[in-house]
Amino acid sequence: MSSLTDSSLFQLTVTRFKLFLREPEALFWVFVFPILLAVGLGIAFRNRPADVLDVGATTTQLAQALGADKGLRTTVTDEVQGAHDLATGRILLLAIARDSGVVYKYDDTNPDARSARLLADRAIQKAAGQKDALTSSNDLIHETGARYIDFVVPGLLGMNLMGSAIWGLGFSIVEARQKKLLKRYVASPMPRWQYLMSFLLSRLLLLTIEVLFFLGFAKLVFGVPFRGSLLELGALCVLTSLSFSTLGLLIASRAKTMEAASGLMNLAMLPMWILSGVFFSATRFPALLQPLVRALPLTAAIDALRGNMLQGMNIAQMTAPVMVLIAWLLVCFGVSLKIFRWR
Amino acid sequence: MNVHPNEVSSGTVQDCALSLQGLRKAFGDVVAVDGVDLDVRRGECFGLLGPNGAGKTTTIEICEGLTVADAGDVHLLGLSWKDAATELRQRIGVQLQETQLPEKLTVEEILRLFRSFYRKGLAVDETVKMAQLEEKRKARIGTLSGGQKQRLAMACALVGDPDLLFLDEPTTGLDPQARRHLWDLVDQLRRAGRTIILTTHYMDEAEHLCDRVAIMDHGRIIALGTPKQLIASVGGDHVVEFAVATKGEVGPQDAKTLTAIPGVQGHRVDAGLHQLSVVELHTTVPRIFASLAEMGLQPVEFRTHSATLEDVFVGLTGRNLRDE
Repeated sequence: MSSLTDSSLFQLTVTRFKLFLREPEALFWVFVFPILLAVGLGIAFRNRPADVLDVGATTTQLAQALGADKGLRTTVTDEVQGAHDLATGRILLLAIARDSGVVYKYDDTNPDARSARLLADRAIQKAAGQKDALTSSNDLIHETGARYIDFVVPGLLGMNLMGSAIWGLGFSIVEARQKKLLKRYVASPMPRWQYLMSFLLSRLLLLTIEVLFFLGFAKLVFGVPFRGSLLELGALCVLTSLSFSTLGLLIASRAKTMEAASGLMNLAMLPMWILSGVFFSATRFPALLQPLVRALPLTAAIDALRGNMLQGMNIAQMTAPVMVLIAWLLVCFGVSLKIFRWR
Repeated sequence: MNVHPNEVSSGTVQDCALSLQGLRKAFGDVVAVDGVDLDVRRGECFGLLGPNGAGKTTTIEICEGLTVADAGDVHLLGLSWKDAATELRQRIGVQLQETQLPEKLTVEEILRLFRSFYRKGLAVDETVKMAQLEEKRKARIGTLSGGQKQRLAMACALVGDPDLLFLDEPTTGLDPQARRHLWDLVDQLRRAGRTIILTTHYMDEAEHLCDRVAIMDHGRIIALGTPKQLIASVGGDHVVEFAVATKGEVGPQDAKTLTAIPGVQGHRVDAGLHQLSVVELHTTVPRIFASLAEMGLQPVEFRTHSATLEDVFVGLTGRNLRDE
């Protein structure tokens, strides 16, 4: 054995790593769960071809005119039945022939109904002989990077980094305290900082596997774009993971039982699951909440990851979220060192 | 092992493996350690014996540097925790009462981990052999029996080749066979000349393993000496126990009569059971029978045993060790 493998820091790190790998549940949550989630969301929010809109018409003549537009599926119906179909959502719009012309009956707060109104009017006007004043044509694109899956992958990555860091550190430390193993370590000449450092080192080791695995999957299966520097993306993942690790350390620094630790972890993570924009943009929360939302480490992490992956920004352009992450790291680490209880 | 256990020496702090002076520790209103003075010599196997809550664990944890005393001086190997904590941790081995080692590590792995904490120490192979866990070296800790786990905990304490070994209740909760096995292990270490300090609430354990024993009760040391000396202090090598048939009650006068029997050193009653300390069984027992007959008392459940540390504790405190 070399002196490296004999060193206590090496042994502690290897031990931590082994203990993680021997925990099948942990493997599931870290590796399998985020992928299941990505697959589920990818399927649910996949981009479908533009929807065909159902409309109704009171005369065959009108129906024929409407039928000229491929975006509309028309049924002929009378006014009473048509009103009923509108109310039950079977059709979005009812075109009623009147002596004076055509009346469109639809709900103008429903975007699909408004589209139907535009398409229907155009088709009917065309059938009536209206000409385009200007020639126009379409150039259709379906851009990667603007899809929901592209938006949600950095969010899931941030959430996963948070979860694995907080659970990984928090549970292991509290378990060791509960089983009096921390006390046993303190009675040995092991330098205490090495114990905590071993968690961070093994976290980094795992992080590499975890991130490569998840992003590789997202790239291969969904073709998620990587527009920023990969090196910087790696650096952001490391920073995110370290920030959350110190948060996990802080949570674990006093808790004596697994139940207490579990409660504290959920307390810390729940607001972030909701507020930090994993599944939808955090800007949707009211302005009053924004300072709080922006200060959360997960918001900062996800903003930075999205900035890198989707917008191709470099770290210099994202100082705000990066500083937020660094601030969390320093504060949590400082406080944990002060209040950490070894027994 | 060149110091004879019976030799009463008042060595200097430097000569002692452990030296405690005026040790005190309170947790809130509860005084756990109430003025303990103690010297343990190098090469000695020293036992702290007492019921649960006597302050043994607090005392030993102060010695291990895990708890800070409210008052008093602690010196180990001539060093104090204040000045040389890091050095001391390198030189002592510790087994705590309730440590649960990580179940998913193997015997070998945990020993290698603990070995890495020490500058110098024993090879992992050697400690595995010492703890007689050769067959289990690749086994996960979760699959070990209670006795094997305890031997492993001891191996973790030994892997740094300590000058001073602390064992806190090493056999509590083990079945008799596993206890015997652990005793053999401690015996070997003791014969190899290691200084061992152990706590126990089993008097047979202290009697079997320890060169000297301190009996603790309510945070104080109430007796100190070799097991032989302590037992001799009861006043006889043997104890005669009997009850009397319900009809006859033993009055104070009768108790005096019993104590007056030649060869009887002491008398006490505990829940209707009389206990007499006796020097020579074969001459004294017939006299006890004769005396009881004279008083018109019918002895039942008459039995004798060699005096033990239990009898010492009972004699000193009026309580049984196991009552607690």
